[in-house]
Amino acid sequence: MRDVAIVGASMIKFGRYPDKKVEELGAQACLLALQDAGMTMKDIQLMASGNLYQSNATVGQRILKEIGQTGIPVINVANACATGSTAFREAYMSVASGAYDVAIAVGSEQMGKMGLLGMGGGGSGRISPEGIVGSGLMPAVFGQAGVEHMRKYGTTFEQFAKVAVKNHKHSMHNPYSQYQVEMSLEDVMNARMVGWPNTLYMCCPTGDGAAAAILTSMDKAKQYTTKPIKVGASVLTSDPWNEREPAMFDVNTLTRNAAKEAYEKAGIGPEDLSLVELHDCFATAELLHYENLGLCGEGEAGRMIDEGETSIGGRIPVAASGGLLSKGHPLGATGVANIVEIVWHLRGQAGARQVEGAKAGLAHVIGLGSACTINIVQR
Amino acid sequence: MAQAEAPSAPKQLPIVPFLRIPDDPKDKPYLFGSKCKQCGATYLGSRMACARCFSTEPMEDVRLSERGELHVFSIVHQSAPGVPVPYVAAIVDLPEGVSVRCNIVDVEPDPKSLKFGMPVEMFTEKVHTDKEGNDIIAFKYRPA
Repeated sequence: MRDVAIVGASMIKFGRYPDKKVEELGAQACLLALQDAGMTMKDIQLMASGNLYQSNATVGQRILKEIGQTGIPVINVANACATGSTAFREAYMSVASGAYDVAIAVGSEQMGKMGLLGMGGGGSGRISPEGIVGSGLMPAVFGQAGVEHMRKYGTTFEQFAKVAVKNHKHSMHNPYSQYQVEMSLEDVMNARMVGWPNTLYMCCPTGDGAAAAILTSMDKAKQYTTKPIKVGASVLTSDPWNEREPAMFDVNTLTRNAAKEAYEKAGIGPEDLSLVELHDCFATAELLHYENLGLCGEGEAGRMIDEGETSIGGRIPVAASGGLLSKGHPLGATGVANIVEIVWHLRGQAGARQVEGAKAGLAHVIGLGSACTINIVQR
Repeated sequence: MAQAEAPSAPKQLPIVPFLRIPDDPKDKPYLFGSKCKQCGATYLGSRMACARCFSTEPMEDVRLSERGELHVFSIVHQSAPGVPVPYVAAIVDLPEGVSVRCNIVDVEPDPKSLKFGMPVEMFTEKVHTDKEGNDIIAFKYRPA
């Protein structure tokens, strides 16, 4: 497998675009990435398109029809919240394998206000067990995951709330973020409870958006950019057998497995990372992943957030973009957008939220069901 | 003159496939599981294979205990239309090595009222009548 570089990366501001078609959102992101790379659709040999809500409706091809029907292979990818990043990995693998020289990965989503109903669990078909026999929806699932951390380590509601304060603060410097509203710890803790211990501001919003990245072989990259960003690792795992599944999703083991593999492939450790964009779909999830990604030792996530280690300016900034909590989480787009954010920091293009001297970043996504992607990009 | 068919008596149907409603009216509905004969992994309901050791040997049918322990919970305040909130959405561990998603009732839906590891017991009740007039039976847990 040969080295692969990102030579183009961009996204559109996440928000609400009820009057646009999802392929227009994806097309916009692709055009921005192409412009960034100094390429046109003529240069692209393969497209991997991630989209969840219309996964059976050839969104990739519809994007091509907007910007360049060149007849190239299109892979439409769906993998829960890891949809975009799995599309990215498909593009990566197509170039790493030597089969293609230039590939584009695009993630897009148009959610409306409906949101993801989640996995409701099997029923006898006549009435949904949701709310009668526990809950399979995201707020309860990630609430329970956070409560498990409380049980193990005494983590508090306040510590989880601090994650939301940090991420909403970070987004004030991100013009691509869906929300840019700073809020205090009191604002977060007193907001409407959704699924204890996550209040409204501790849950990611629904929204629309798209992001795209263009990959080439490292040798070819010099033709397009003076700042090629290497894909050090692109890893995908699913959840291994666990005694409490399917009642309780384990978001930890598959993340740890992916992290171990990614660090080995990239030849670095967590101490070498300059920034992390992880899957903070709910504030509770973020603290779990500090430990899952090896950013700190077991049970130390509470201390990390208390001591500000993961704020911009701290030891290891997490969610400099504002994270899913503030930047937003259009499902198919997120996995590509996280990578775009890191690329911008590595190129020194992140503006007021720039992590100084950024050299290596880790993008992590979890899709319930489950899928975990970890992409490490380096310069 | 032909006799009219008597309408079929309403049946009791489980809300999830792993809740078994016994034919014997003296017995109570119970959760059943399948235990892998090769590695001992236990699952809710029926299985075609073991996800842990890949065995496809028919599994042992297991009647699951009514009593379990509260592993973790969340308090749901916002749900699909028609679901009364707030309620306790819990994960209960059963002694057979399997866990179940459930509501905990007869307790204040507040974290202060819930203790990790507290003993809980299962009971069942009708929650719905379907279009054919059948009773849909669900299970819930309450502090034991």
